[in-house]
Amino acid sequence: MSLTAAVRAPDRDARIAHIAERANWIRRRSLRMVFDAQAGHPGGDLSAADILATLYFGVMRYDAARPNDPARDRFILSKGHITGAFYSVLATAGYFPESELDTYLQPLSRLNGHPNRMYLPGIETNTGPLGHGFPVGVGIAIAGQIDRADFRTYVLTGDGELQEGSMWEAAMTAGHRKLNRLTVIVDRNRLQQGMGTEETVALEPLADRWRAFGFAVEEVDGHDVARLLSVLEAPPENRDKPLCVIAHTHKGQGVSFMQDKASWHHGVPTAAQFATAMKELEL
Amino acid sequence: MSAATPVASDMFDCRDAYVKAVEELAANDARIVTVCNDSVGSSKLNKFRDRFPDRLVNVGIAEQNMIGVSAGLANGGKIPFVSGASCFLTGRALEQIKADIAYSQANVKLCGMAPGVGYGDLGPTHHSIEDLAWLRPLTHLTILVPSDPWETAEAIKAAAALEGPVFIRVSRTPVPALPRENAKFEIGKAEILRQGHDAAIIANGTMVHRALAAAEALSAEGIATRVVNLSSISPLDEAAIVEAGQTGAVVTVEEHNIRGGLGGAVAEVLAVHQPCPMRILGFPNFAPTGSAEFLFEHFGLTAEGIAQNVRELLNARRAG
Repeated sequence: MSLTAAVRAPDRDARIAHIAERANWIRRRSLRMVFDAQAGHPGGDLSAADILATLYFGVMRYDAARPNDPARDRFILSKGHITGAFYSVLATAGYFPESELDTYLQPLSRLNGHPNRMYLPGIETNTGPLGHGFPVGVGIAIAGQIDRADFRTYVLTGDGELQEGSMWEAAMTAGHRKLNRLTVIVDRNRLQQGMGTEETVALEPLADRWRAFGFAVEEVDGHDVARLLSVLEAPPENRDKPLCVIAHTHKGQGVSFMQDKASWHHGVPTAAQFATAMKELEL
Repeated sequence: MSAATPVASDMFDCRDAYVKAVEELAANDARIVTVCNDSVGSSKLNKFRDRFPDRLVNVGIAEQNMIGVSAGLANGGKIPFVSGASCFLTGRALEQIKADIAYSQANVKLCGMAPGVGYGDLGPTHHSIEDLAWLRPLTHLTILVPSDPWETAEAIKAAAALEGPVFIRVSRTPVPALPRENAKFEIGKAEILRQGHDAAIIANGTMVHRALAAAEALSAEGIATRVVNLSSISPLDEAAIVEAGQTGAVVTVEEHNIRGGLGGAVAEVLAVHQPCPMRILGFPNFAPTGSAEFLFEHFGLTAEGIAQNVRELLNARRAG
């Protein structure tokens, strides 16, 4: 199993710089996709970019040329709507040509509004409806547990998604079976489609809830790549339970007028807004 | 082909054939695992659990999670046989079956236990007379409704050999072993159990032996009735349905709601390719209190009820 150049690089600072650079590229690329397609979920794309970049360019073991390798680490996008960011990551990780990102949401494109594993390599299960990806991730981790395999499974969930009961059914199973090679990352941007999670149906005390379901919990700044890297690459052998990383993020991170605004959940920028946003995202 | 009324000792619970087949498969293939929702007992998995303790995944009473977990197990290289009461397995987790199993083409075998009115007087909450209507439109999902222990075991083996999602009804309502010679089970292929050119009865599951008994009774009246076992609901043997339609009178009978199941599937084919008079027998609505056997009688899902519908179609044809 080959690892990405970033993972192999011995210099931690160089790795972190590379991940941050990729995260910013993902932001720019996904925003362009949303602008070109005049549709998408830019707020969530931007809040999750650092998490995705850390996983794919710092933590996970995979070989894009062998997407079905049984030993691969698995990533499940349980919040299946942030495909602008997800497809950008998969393309830059080598699963398909970056030029194909230009077809996002176009008729008959492989780049559907929600990921389809039969269309593109690198997708483990089809997601989109909320509350689906996490149980699948738990099943993958159970298969690994039965086989005593050493691959790891990472699931990225939205915070609003935690209002789905199936998420807690899966959490109960994961805690009960002590799936220590399973990591769920909550993109805690505190906003769901229409308004704040706490105004809609409160999730707090969120860390306590995960602990009560048998998880180890780490709370991090979800835009602090160095911190994300430390938490996500920590060896699972050191704990006897699954890990929940609550990543405190901002919806629309990196673009001043989008940040922390629920309206950018699936808002589309005007040409002027797009130009401003791209300027702000230039490092 | 004789279809005398079977005595109780000759009646079989297809769950026994199901577990036996799964255990045999598991003994020869480490990828086979079972998944259930606290239904170890009702799925008769106790022996499987004792034999393969690491390979039974009981997720508790959590059907949506059960389906997602099964899709994940398939991703991890397993071949999961997922069993739960059909009413909960399908209804409670329908969107998971759609997105995680059918749309994702996960290699998962869903085994709906005690389908139809198998839970009799537990009532419509526990009946599963809607499952076929819910699942039939799902692309990529193979749907099988075996008629007896032999066909149940064959369906399980065929499902294991097929790379892709399958739903199998595993009947709790006792059925006799059907008389067959040199029979071969094939997904997507109807089984012609009796030839006849005056009319056709198309049945599956627990209704097949009743269809045969009806044809036997009609034969005594000089009516030659074809009997088709349409255990493969998806994919559908359209040629066999068209041939049945060529008799000019088709009666379908199933342990399911009259909307959207076997009868619906047959009607869709006949309406387009071979329009002909037909009757759809099954449950017209939520069933009242009563055992499965009582409910079959109550709704005319008996050899006599089926035969009477054939007679009425033929009388109408003569009158017309």
